[in-house]
Amino acid sequence: MAMTIEKKAENGTVTFVLKGRLDTNTAPELQKEIDDGLKGVKELNFEISGLEYLSSAGLRTLLSAQKTMNEQGTMKVLHPKDSVMEIFEITGFTDILTIIK
Amino acid sequence: MKELTVEASLQNVLTITEFINEELENAGCPLKARLQIDIAIDEIVSNIAKYAYEDSSGKISVTIDIFSSPPGAEMTFTDSGVPFDPMAVKDPDVTLSSADRDIGGLGIFMVKKTMDEVIYEYKDGCNILTVRKEF
Repeated sequence: MAMTIEKKAENGTVTFVLKGRLDTNTAPELQKEIDDGLKGVKELNFEISGLEYLSSAGLRTLLSAQKTMNEQGTMKVLHPKDSVMEIFEITGFTDILTIIK
Repeated sequence: MKELTVEASLQNVLTITEFINEELENAGCPLKARLQIDIAIDEIVSNIAKYAYEDSSGKISVTIDIFSSPPGAEMTFTDSGVPFDPMAVKDPDVTLSSADRDIGGLGIFMVKKTMDEVIYEYKDGCNILTVRKEF
């Protein structure tokens, strides 16, 4: 029950491929990537088709990335599973994030 | 009823999740309900680990009861830390834009929305949160 983060970067576009569970124990790893790795990034993508669930700690991490990208470019969250999409809907994050099913 | 008592720490979120999941799997709990319960455990236990005992440490006890009709589970989370009623926390405004969104209160809000019943009691010096989920 952990998470793997794969980072792909090219020409100002960064994609994080997340698999597993984005929760209290794994969100800090992603937060660190976001804090350290978004300088000069114009397009940020989270490919989350392999994400089983996210807790509020995970939502907070995505929110902080969105706030950073509001200043410098665009951010997309790609291909959530239905169970993860439901969390975005319940919490109103569907209105905050650009989610591509 | 099964019970587990461990140190209230972030590391033990995983210990507690595994303990509860074993019971849920034995009870034939469907994946979706199990994932929602896992999220609730993450929210509740991490909150207790971070805030209940302030700068010192303490224990958390977790129980799980399985019901057959209707099928479901009832879990309790007990700590003897600072009295704190999570149900008294105001729900976040989920209609605000990202610039205005704060981060507080989101966890317990998700628990309230995904579980069938959440009850808080303060009894004999303990915070007891009871969570029921049908599946």
